[in-house]
Amino acid sequence: MEAFLHQVFSGLANGCIYGSVALALVMIYQATHHLNFAQGEMATFSTFIAWALIQRGWPYWAAFALTVGLSFAAGLLIQRIILRPIERAPVLTNVIVFIGLLVIFNSLAGWLFDHTVKAFPSPFPQNSILATRWFSAHEMGSFLVMMAVLALLYAFFRFTPVGLAMRAAALNPESARLVGIRVSWMLAMGWGLAAAIGAIAGMMVAPSVFLDPNMMAGILLYGFAAALLGGIDNPLAAVAGGLIVGVLENLLGAYVIGTELKLTVALVLIVGTLTLRPNGLFGKQVVTRV
Amino acid sequence: MAEAALLEVRDLDAFYGPTQVLHGVGFRLERGRITAILGANGAGKTTTLRAICRMVRASGSIRVDGQDVLGRSTEDVVRLGVAHVPDGRGTFGALSVEENLRLGAHVRHDKAAVAADLQRAYERFPRLAERRRQQAGTLSGGEQQMLAISRALMLRPKLLLLDEPSFGLAPKIVAEIFRILRTINEAEQVSMLLVEQNARLALDLAHDAYLLETGRVQLAGSSAALQADEAVRKAYLGI
Repeated sequence: MEAFLHQVFSGLANGCIYGSVALALVMIYQATHHLNFAQGEMATFSTFIAWALIQRGWPYWAAFALTVGLSFAAGLLIQRIILRPIERAPVLTNVIVFIGLLVIFNSLAGWLFDHTVKAFPSPFPQNSILATRWFSAHEMGSFLVMMAVLALLYAFFRFTPVGLAMRAAALNPESARLVGIRVSWMLAMGWGLAAAIGAIAGMMVAPSVFLDPNMMAGILLYGFAAALLGGIDNPLAAVAGGLIVGVLENLLGAYVIGTELKLTVALVLIVGTLTLRPNGLFGKQVVTRV
Repeated sequence: MAEAALLEVRDLDAFYGPTQVLHGVGFRLERGRITAILGANGAGKTTTLRAICRMVRASGSIRVDGQDVLGRSTEDVVRLGVAHVPDGRGTFGALSVEENLRLGAHVRHDKAAVAADLQRAYERFPRLAERRRQQAGTLSGGEQQMLAISRALMLRPKLLLLDEPSFGLAPKIVAEIFRILRTINEAEQVSMLLVEQNARLALDLAHDAYLLETGRVQLAGSSAALQADEAVRKAYLGI
């Protein structure tokens, strides 16, 4: 029982990370109907920046904050410079650009920081108050950080004018323009936010999986699985999907298929959701009256 | 008239892809007045409104308050004080009634006045107040039209563009909406450009009217003059 619960809780901790990656994917998907395949590599690159700052003697949280800020700016600029010119291009053009970005960030990370695996510090000391019977301090800490991020995002979208404008722009760009919303900038903000969330997810996962240029490759797959399982058009469902995927992956890995096959869980979930429930478990249906 | 018109359109050509829909359309709308554009289906009424909002390719000249429109984006035309109630109403179905209204004031920064205008919108259409937390998509057609008009008014527009506000609604609701449009025009001096297929309704509300046929202005004058015109009576009023 003890071991079982431990698997569940550490699954939840992983699930938070998957949920955040899923959230970043959903954020861009809702606004543009594209899946950003480069989301993971962008997060890895951000994590490398944090690592470099910490190597230079920056305190952890200062490096954390600067990395989040830089990632936001970089996401914004990528949308402005690279994606805006192809806003009206066919889907495949976007897919190719995303794959291009993926390769660019992956190679840049390898070139600038080399391919050796690096340890990344956790800001939560081993024996701190956060450590409990079922959670390690880092698991608990990253869980709390991700929940704080979610709460902040929720408040941002729910209660601020900019958040409302971003939702409107994603729901109905034409009507949004007619009330004066600069839709294209809202997309850029979405990219910035997605990049910032990815950066936080990267920094939270790096202490357990170690940092190298391919760090997020598998996690992005879990993120896709989470987003699809929850429902690709619903941010909260994507997070819930992340938690489910995290727990499922851990339990199946521990008791059924063994850790080597864990990644298959993500793939099976992706294929399964798409064939059986394309809208996801919590796929939202907009109510309309005829 | 010495004073420049609020809206002045000259030699307006507009296109959907390669198809030219408007051919040298010209008209003016005086401050504080309601002007109607009449015409059959496909005459170019909606296209005229969409050209003013920079949502179709257009050439010629459009000026609002003396300011050039064709050089601006849709978002910036809104900032000139032009609010558009599009056909199909364009409400955000997944957002609440109140969120829709707040979005109407997106470009304004006078928070206190926005809050007051929100209250006024609810007083104008009490049914919106009852449904303020409800998803806009669940409202009836009439309520959605009320919401679309209220949202446009949240801009405190100089010029309100209305695209077929009577479309698909029961006569009783249409009468209520038109009565409120008249009140808004009289009490708040909001100028309106009204596109309607229902010529009788439009001429009752508007001060002036233009008749569009296949993308050209065929007739212009006061509503009374158009109501008296033999051709208009036959073709559009069914008398």
